[in-house]
Amino acid sequence: MNKITFPHMGDYYIPINYLLENITKSIVIVPPPITKKTIELGSKYSPDYVCMPFKYNLGNFIEALENGANVILQAGGGCRYGYYAELQEQILKDLGYKFEFVNFIENNHVSIFNIYNYAKSLNKKLNIISFSYYALNTAIMIIIMDKLSKYPRENLGFEKEKNSFLNTKRQFQEELKMKKHTPLSLVRLFLKYKRKYKSLPINKPKNCLKIGLVGELYSIMEPNSSNNIELKLASLGIEVHRFTTLTYLLFQKKHRLKKLLKKGKKYLKYHLGADATESVVLSMELAEKHYDGIVHIKSFGCTPELNAMSILEKISTDYEIPIIYFSFDSGTSDVGIETRIEAFYDMILQKKKD
Amino acid sequence: MKQITIGLPKAYLYYRYHIMWETFFKNLGCKVITSENTTKKTIELGKSLSIDESCLSSKIYLSHVASLQGKCDYILVPRVYDYGKNEQVCVKFNAIYDIIKNLFPNINILEYNIEKSKHHYELFNYFHLGHAIEKNIIKILLSYLKARKASKKYFKEKLKKQTQKLNSYKPKILLVSHPYNIYDNYIGEPIIKKLESMGIELIYADLLDKKTARMYAEKLSPTLYWTYSKELIGAIGYYRYSVDGIIFLTAFPCGPDSLVNELMIRKIDNIPVTSILVDEQSSTTGLETRLESFIDIIKERRKNNE
Repeated sequence: MNKITFPHMGDYYIPINYLLENITKSIVIVPPPITKKTIELGSKYSPDYVCMPFKYNLGNFIEALENGANVILQAGGGCRYGYYAELQEQILKDLGYKFEFVNFIENNHVSIFNIYNYAKSLNKKLNIISFSYYALNTAIMIIIMDKLSKYPRENLGFEKEKNSFLNTKRQFQEELKMKKHTPLSLVRLFLKYKRKYKSLPINKPKNCLKIGLVGELYSIMEPNSSNNIELKLASLGIEVHRFTTLTYLLFQKKHRLKKLLKKGKKYLKYHLGADATESVVLSMELAEKHYDGIVHIKSFGCTPELNAMSILEKISTDYEIPIIYFSFDSGTSDVGIETRIEAFYDMILQKKKD
Repeated sequence: MKQITIGLPKAYLYYRYHIMWETFFKNLGCKVITSENTTKKTIELGKSLSIDESCLSSKIYLSHVASLQGKCDYILVPRVYDYGKNEQVCVKFNAIYDIIKNLFPNINILEYNIEKSKHHYELFNYFHLGHAIEKNIIKILLSYLKARKASKKYFKEKLKKQTQKLNSYKPKILLVSHPYNIYDNYIGEPIIKKLESMGIELIYADLLDKKTARMYAEKLSPTLYWTYSKELIGAIGYYRYSVDGIIFLTAFPCGPDSLVNELMIRKIDNIPVTSILVDEQSSTTGLETRLESFIDIIKERRKNNE
């Protein structure tokens, strides 16, 4: 019997789980939530100076294999991520696990045909139409999740009732997990929770602090890998904006790239690789829109974002906008992050008053 | 007319293309100058110019560019995106042009952009390069052809010498490292000198014919898509039964190498393998001890096999 598992990335395990369960009709084992133990396991067996997502993925896989999984799915691409699969398979084999490793990456990009062919080999009843139907539902799920996460990010710091936003989010995710979905029911679910969020009482001043969160995709989308920095910023009473979501990466990135380069002509001539172009151009736009500050996060050693950082420094001086850089590795402590965030908060607050 | 001076920073792709560039520009009547060898001072300057976490090789590159500032009319900064489908390079090469441009706004950069998937081929680039200097297209084309021939001949001869080395009775070690690390005065030179003084015959992975290397690489790692890494590990497949040991040499924290080398170390089981990581603070004594003990292992194994 096939028991499929896949690496975590934020809350996106819900749509991925939904898709896999429906198209393969096999058991899907979601890895246990990321904890300190996950990263310890991952770091122990990874090369020293590889970037953090590799270690988190490996930790996820080991924990899932311990829970009985025997098929591992891996997908990704753009930078080093495209090559993770081969080494992870080798490491896990050397550790003595028995499993099948399925890699959906082709030419450094996720290939949808590979996914279909693989699902077909497990589930003979699958055809193009049912596959497209489930894929469509999954896409809608991802889109509504991203749309619904925008409002809490901007208002969480100003809630009157404590934890009202987080509780609503939890309810939403429970409902997303429980039901059988059709595109229409998903849209209804979206509208219901949109209204619910809007009805939560908040106490928001008109000229509150506004910051943009840019950087490497995994750190941004997986809160555990970045010490929950987004939540920490928001709960200080800052309106947090971020633009890297799965919706963007899957459906929008391809069309936007050329436009981005055109916009960022002042600093860029060529595409910088992975998401670095976005980091630079977005920061420029945020600066032009007079945001109060920019938070740039990445995992240690992420080369594309390092490329972006050397240009961000120039933007920071040109537009006089404060930028703070965070680089996460397995040893990053909560306390250190909090101190730096608070100092940054004080600084932008002071700047705003002047 | 005043003679135009072109500066070539002696780092990164210099080691791959220098014969070609030098011949090309000399044929067009330019003066070509190269930056000085890397020293401790170069590293210090590079550190101050770049972000802490950047790889040592990129720090060296920035420093070399800085040292050429003011000494020449143009500096050649190559930018590479890909060599076709499944033939990509480290993202550092994608961004190096923009980094330099933002860091040194005052220098004149000669552009050179290889992006085969978007039809930026090598020949077009040379027309582009030549255009800044010479208006006669035929002259540019002839210079390009001459340069290509010279470069091919240079690497062929080197490979020929290396093939002869394989017949030597001395212990042979394969050095797997990017050319910009192994031939660098600071990173690779001390290691080469030490090994040669111990009577080791050195085989360089990067000298192997590129096509052959890529073919062998596919067997060792089917999903690998970095061209430069492919060419290196292809040499492992080619030479692994004719050498006594393999040394991986990387600069901290090289992105592609962090994955590729680890995979190779796990896959090669017929000969001793070691990996050497060079960073800004590396000490020579520690390095020498490690090399000596590695050579001891190899010599011992040879004795036992005889």
